[in-house]
Amino acid sequence: MPKYMNLTRVSGSQRPRLDFELDGARCGALEGDTVLTAAVMRDGYVRRSEFDQGMRAGFCWMGACQDCWVTIEGRGRQRACATVVEQGMRVKRS
Amino acid sequence: MTAAVAIIGAGPAGVRAAEVLVRAGVRPRVFDEGLAAGGRIYQRPPGAFKRSAKELYGLEAAKAERVHNIFAKLEKYLDYRPQTLVWDIAGKTLFTLTGGTAYGTETFEQIIIAPGAVDRVMPLPGWTLPGVTTLGGAQIALKTQGVAIGEKVALVGSGPLLWLLAHQYVQAGAPLAALVDTTSFAAKARASAAMMAGDAATTLKGVYYTATLRLKRIPIHEGAVPVAIRGEERPRELLIKDGKGRDVTIACDAVALGWGLKPETRLADIAGVPFDYDEVQQNWIPVREMSGKTAVQGVYLAGDGARIGGADMAELAGARAAWAVLGERGAFVDEDEVNRLERALKKEAAYRDVLDKLFPFPSEILAGLPEETVLCRCEGVSIAGLKRTCAADAVAMTPLEVNRAKAFTRVGMGRCQGRMCGHTASEILARELKCGVREAGRLRAQPPVKPVPLVPVTTEALT
Amino acid sequence: MTPVETDVVVVGGGGAGCSTAWHLALRNTRVVLLERGLVGGQASGVNYGGVRQQGRDPAELPISARSREIWQKLKSLIGTEAEYVVSGHLKLARNDEEAKDLERYLEVAAGYGLELRYLPEKELKQEFPWLGPKVVAGSYCATDGAANPRLLAPAIARAARDAGADIRQQAEVVDIAHDGDTFTVATKEAVFRAPVLVNTAGYWGGAIAERFGEPAPISSFSPNMAVTEPIPYFIVPNLGVVGGDIYLRQIDRGNVIFGGGRGFGDPERVRSRPSALRTMESFALALELVPQLKGVEVIRSWTGIDGDMPDHIPVVGPSSTTKGLFHAFGFSGHGFQLGPGIGAIMSELVLDGKTPTPIEPLSIGRFAG
Repeated sequence: MPKYMNLTRVSGSQRPRLDFELDGARCGALEGDTVLTAAVMRDGYVRRSEFDQGMRAGFCWMGACQDCWVTIEGRGRQRACATVVEQGMRVKRS
Repeated sequence: MTAAVAIIGAGPAGVRAAEVLVRAGVRPRVFDEGLAAGGRIYQRPPGAFKRSAKELYGLEAAKAERVHNIFAKLEKYLDYRPQTLVWDIAGKTLFTLTGGTAYGTETFEQIIIAPGAVDRVMPLPGWTLPGVTTLGGAQIALKTQGVAIGEKVALVGSGPLLWLLAHQYVQAGAPLAALVDTTSFAAKARASAAMMAGDAATTLKGVYYTATLRLKRIPIHEGAVPVAIRGEERPRELLIKDGKGRDVTIACDAVALGWGLKPETRLADIAGVPFDYDEVQQNWIPVREMSGKTAVQGVYLAGDGARIGGADMAELAGARAAWAVLGERGAFVDEDEVNRLERALKKEAAYRDVLDKLFPFPSEILAGLPEETVLCRCEGVSIAGLKRTCAADAVAMTPLEVNRAKAFTRVGMGRCQGRMCGHTASEILARELKCGVREAGRLRAQPPVKPVPLVPVTTEALT
Repeated sequence: MTPVETDVVVVGGGGAGCSTAWHLALRNTRVVLLERGLVGGQASGVNYGGVRQQGRDPAELPISARSREIWQKLKSLIGTEAEYVVSGHLKLARNDEEAKDLERYLEVAAGYGLELRYLPEKELKQEFPWLGPKVVAGSYCATDGAANPRLLAPAIARAARDAGADIRQQAEVVDIAHDGDTFTVATKEAVFRAPVLVNTAGYWGGAIAERFGEPAPISSFSPNMAVTEPIPYFIVPNLGVVGGDIYLRQIDRGNVIFGGGRGFGDPERVRSRPSALRTMESFALALELVPQLKGVEVIRSWTGIDGDMPDHIPVVGPSSTTKGLFHAFGFSGHGFQLGPGIGAIMSELVLDGKTPTPIEPLSIGRFAG
């Protein structure tokens, strides 16, 4: 169980598996997962707040709160909640 | 080629607007931040994640499928721009960003702005912890990703979405720790007759959701007040005062919050549409006629982005706005259809009014929050930080309204530009200054509507 | 309406006006400041926040030096330093022509005792390795810096109020009359009478001067600015360029503030808005200076309304037509740093009839005939 958000799969677990890179480490995902889902499923967070140093794991999940920005190689800064994981994608949280 | 009509958003309002325009022979440009049409309410999971409409939308499956099917049939007759943010509007020019990387500009003659709504939340101690989301966020996680926000989820807030989401979590087999409704059971019981009279089908859905939860013995607290979310790395417990004023500690590992919705109004604001404070909905809304027409020539509004009315009303308002656009363009307008739409809009509005009065934003809770509570999630500004600027011994002169408070404290100045905290900042300011929220004001929108990347742009290529 | 009798009426609550009221009140003068909106609402409050002497017109340098003395003591004087940091100002050249311009200014600065350090490309890149390849030279002023413009004018206004000044916000002046001895200044709510009127009304100061028969060819301009999301702090000095088409600084919270060119302003309606096209043009110019900013998200853009004189230096000094009238307006984008010093100078002109700071080149008389 991750230390931070306890995101839990409740359906659709039979999808094909993918691998991508999260801060240089291999991270698994299911096809159709957003970067937010995959990152939080593994570590329970997606970014660190600049001002309170606390971890953040998304809030609105619909592109409004701007609390899930990550950097994706070749695409620059993206909202993790609005970006679908692709095989081999490289994601940086900082 | 005829001058362009732009539609912002491909939710129920945008899709219905497009439908009317296409039938009239107009080829609209539809700018949509989503990956596919449907908006947030009828959002589909990405690509490979196939789920049935029934699984996704429950009792709303038929409506969702209808909106999706309409758009599928329309798609070849319109210019659909998915994953495209319109981040600024100046005169008749739109500034776009596609895929988060590619800048563009488009011109239009008429525009229908229908960007939908976001959850209306309030700060609580601990609300920035991983594992705290909006109600809408918890719903999108479940619907489009097949994930629950935790294994012991507490839902806090009021309004139809609170109960619908509880029902959906239970149906999905995701355990709920509690449902905490700030509206009392008695208030709901009192309003039930008016609600049945207004829209029996919708009201019965609410009754059905409530009944299933009670059957499943989900702990339900009505007329309760949330006090704090406690935990170090994630929520461990939710503290509330229940309907009888007793302290109750609810063990949980996730919390979702929401008190109805507030319109996404930034583009309308930047376009120059005047605003007014809606006392019933307790939201600042852009002023428009029932047709969606605004004081700015060529600018029309529809759906929850204009005023919260829900998906059914958004479909009607989208279609109505499209007829208004056709009227401005001198095209044929089917007056019978316009009258039918307006009658239906009025009926929906009356029902909405009952709901809005039943589920007010409980701003009095804000008065009891500890001063150190983070108010602005982006900039880490606390309630105390905001209040300090109001105090006589502040380093700066008293802020007279919320934009001034923003200038002094950075509240609402971060990445989300006050989407999450702006309305509560106004509420807190109003309490401090002992004035109405209307006088405390609203955060004015500044471009970009959402963050855009600093990359080399060849502006000559854009114009 | 019974007129309010006072010694001085100041019209316009930007940095210059607030500082004038403050300095007058410190010398026990009865002063009323009338501000149409909120103090610091226009150019003083929404500017870029540069606090620099480097690159200023020689005519402004004495005021700028005077102002710097106040900036250094702000915290003890008004209770806040308005996030003032002496982070240095680095003016950059992007070609040999611009480098020559930097070199020429070294002599100007030396004549005014302003210490600058010229940095040829190699030394520049050693000291600031994040600068882009297009940058070929720099001139560094260690005593310059930046501050938060949103905080300064309101803080000075509060200090003025605490010292006894009558600060009236949302008090638009609707009429000004003069009978040879006394000015009568009316707002919608009140009338004020005073032997002295100080015009610190920014762009709108031009109309006040014209009202007293000394037209000043002022135009309005709206500097176009934007800010990014917070990123790790690495750009310490405030950056400028020869020609001024881009300026950029980072605050220690991490946000990068940059600007250049003009947005849109409507001084009649007191409305302004940034230009999306110019914001995007600034992207490319900013990336020439600091390439590693590529991809950082821009979260907000803004502008305001300032007054620009044809020679891009303000009007400061007594009226050439009307006894008791003093001007300090048309700061042409330079008012933020100069504001505190202007107040000291205006208070001397009003109370002593003279100031030790040379201001002759800024006289309104330069536009006469």
